[in-house]
Amino acid sequence: MDGSVGTVQPQSEISQGVKASNRVVILGALSAIAMATARIYAKERAALVLVGRNEDRLKALAADLKARGAVQVHVAAMDLEAEAARAEQHLGDWSALMGGVDHVHVVYGYLGTQAGASAEPAELSRIVTSNFTSAVHWCEATANVLRKQTHGSLVAVSSVAGDRGRQSNYAYGAAKGGIALFVQGIAHSLAGTGARAVAVKPGFVDTPMTDGLKKGGAMWATADQVGKALRKAADTGGPIQYAPGKWRLVMAIIRSVPAFVFHKTKL
Amino acid sequence: MTGPFHPDSTLTSWGRVIRAPHRVARPRFGDEVADLVTAFSPEQPGLAIGLRRSYGDSNLNPDGRVIDMTALDRIIAFDPATGVMRAEAGLSLSQALQVLVPAGWFLPTTPGSRFVTLGGAVANDVHGKNHHAAGTFGASVTRLMVLRTDGSAREIAPGDPLFHATIGGLGLTGVIAWVEFRATPIPSAYLDGEDAEFTRVEDYFDIAAEKKTSFEHTMAWVDCSKSGSQLGRGILSSANWYAHGTLEPHREQPRRKVPVEAPGFALNALTVRAFNSVRHELKSMRTGPYRTHYEPFLYPLDGIANWNRLYGAKGFYQYQCVLPPATARDGTVELLRTIAASGQGSPLAVLKDFGANPPVGMLSFPMEGTTLALDFRNQGSRTLDLMADLDRIVLQAGGRLYPAKDGRISAQMFRAGFPKWQDFRAYIDPGLSSGFWRRVSA
Repeated sequence: MDGSVGTVQPQSEISQGVKASNRVVILGALSAIAMATARIYAKERAALVLVGRNEDRLKALAADLKARGAVQVHVAAMDLEAEAARAEQHLGDWSALMGGVDHVHVVYGYLGTQAGASAEPAELSRIVTSNFTSAVHWCEATANVLRKQTHGSLVAVSSVAGDRGRQSNYAYGAAKGGIALFVQGIAHSLAGTGARAVAVKPGFVDTPMTDGLKKGGAMWATADQVGKALRKAADTGGPIQYAPGKWRLVMAIIRSVPAFVFHKTKL
Repeated sequence: MTGPFHPDSTLTSWGRVIRAPHRVARPRFGDEVADLVTAFSPEQPGLAIGLRRSYGDSNLNPDGRVIDMTALDRIIAFDPATGVMRAEAGLSLSQALQVLVPAGWFLPTTPGSRFVTLGGAVANDVHGKNHHAAGTFGASVTRLMVLRTDGSAREIAPGDPLFHATIGGLGLTGVIAWVEFRATPIPSAYLDGEDAEFTRVEDYFDIAAEKKTSFEHTMAWVDCSKSGSQLGRGILSSANWYAHGTLEPHREQPRRKVPVEAPGFALNALTVRAFNSVRHELKSMRTGPYRTHYEPFLYPLDGIANWNRLYGAKGFYQYQCVLPPATARDGTVELLRTIAASGQGSPLAVLKDFGANPPVGMLSFPMEGTTLALDFRNQGSRTLDLMADLDRIVLQAGGRLYPAKDGRISAQMFRAGFPKWQDFRAYIDPGLSSGFWRRVSA
């Protein structure tokens, strides 16, 4: 613990310009997981575009991320579901703001309830649109950018709920499972280009999305843990990742349970 | 799904003696707080809480509602040129340091844990090892926003009586939404320290008086298990910022953690004594000055997450008093004698002199004199009786106890120590309350 070596302040060694490998777009920036991811990027002195619905909240977030080290933070308030058809144009605009884009995180989503989805067609549509139908446009537009520039990454948030259809949330599960397949396909198409795509499947995460459920215990992760996994997925690992990693094994077991057994459970 | 407040049947404070049912709201954005605050009323009062490092019941509202502010941890503005930071009340000191230190700034003063929120630092007007140099945390607060349960939002600054009620006001004058404070410049993230031994507590006072003229940080560790000629033997550590080092902040994650509750006997009198003497030997082997990063020096216990679990399922009390200069020497000897005789000595006892800085808050704990802090494993009435004996000594000596550490003193004891509590009452928000306040104001 000897601090006598050198007197250089850490920040003076780092260029005030944007690091070429760290220009990041976060779709659904106001989710607890996205906020955790954004703070990691801020500490790396990244440039960020935060996209979400509430402009005031995005601005509060931007001020915080700037104070924590981000070299640029731009905010874009929009309804990501409604704007999905213009994904290519928006991505182009954001890329221009930062002089390019390296990582795109698709984090937004909607949990809803299966009971609601069964009773209300509008609720079913919302679950599928938010988690799949709109998300694929953002993913595909990103994939087109990545193919062309041959570097960078797409990281989309899927869910362990997408690994097996279950009575308690098959609408959400199917949409999240679908987006994972879609991103897996993008990853295949990008193979060998230098660019990459990852679907991250979190398990139970203690966020406002899950308030009202009974929390705590070994299977619950914090938003910070999952945020870290998303950041890491932008640089390394396979096209389907679990967060935390132990869910890969848990879900392998759950997928392998025969229907005649599974149907006796209330999962 | 019952609105924003969710039931939590086992909410507890750092001492873990009191576990009580609460309903807890966890706002994620500053704009959500106003509606939560106005939901409180004199009939059903609420309280804002942070990282719950206060030990007793000042941060609990048993059978009532609380707003957990810890997700409101955004920095609103930080100017690296002036060191002024404004941030939401839920920002931890640990996180603030991550931003301050690389820019050459430090907290104006810090308690022995960095896992406290800005709101908690204000509400308890916390102090640190540099009190004699910097005063309390409240002394560097330049502006505050408090949200009152009548729906008003009050931006307050030094000079406003509500400001001085809110500093050290235990969260009762309104929910603190954000805090603006002036950081202090540091030349490096390192401290140059030295240790001085004293073989009996009487000698502490002479050494402390000398060290505080030349060192910004001082604190002494006292072995409470010794009696007779070794009563109150200990080590006084002093430090100043090292002028030429680098400015890297601490690692955020604790190095180790206590995963489960230790059985109650893990810290019985025998192990306490062993722990103390090992620590004592280690420290006295240290010869001459040393250089250390601020983290182990200022936050020795933060290296072990959840160290409070070491005291077992019944939890523990912390006892922290301050005695004025005229009675500090005799009073401290008497306190240590009583503790040694009880055999309930704590593994950590801290002695520190406060400076003569005038208090910023009406209920600020520090005053000129000497403060002593000790832990006691909760052994029921035996422990309560011992602390009642200590209370009598403190009262006699004209001292007082720290509300942030307390979960049991009488209304009479509190009022004797804090004569300004009558003035303070005028600034309380009637829609806010705590277990502590109901007890001492009854």
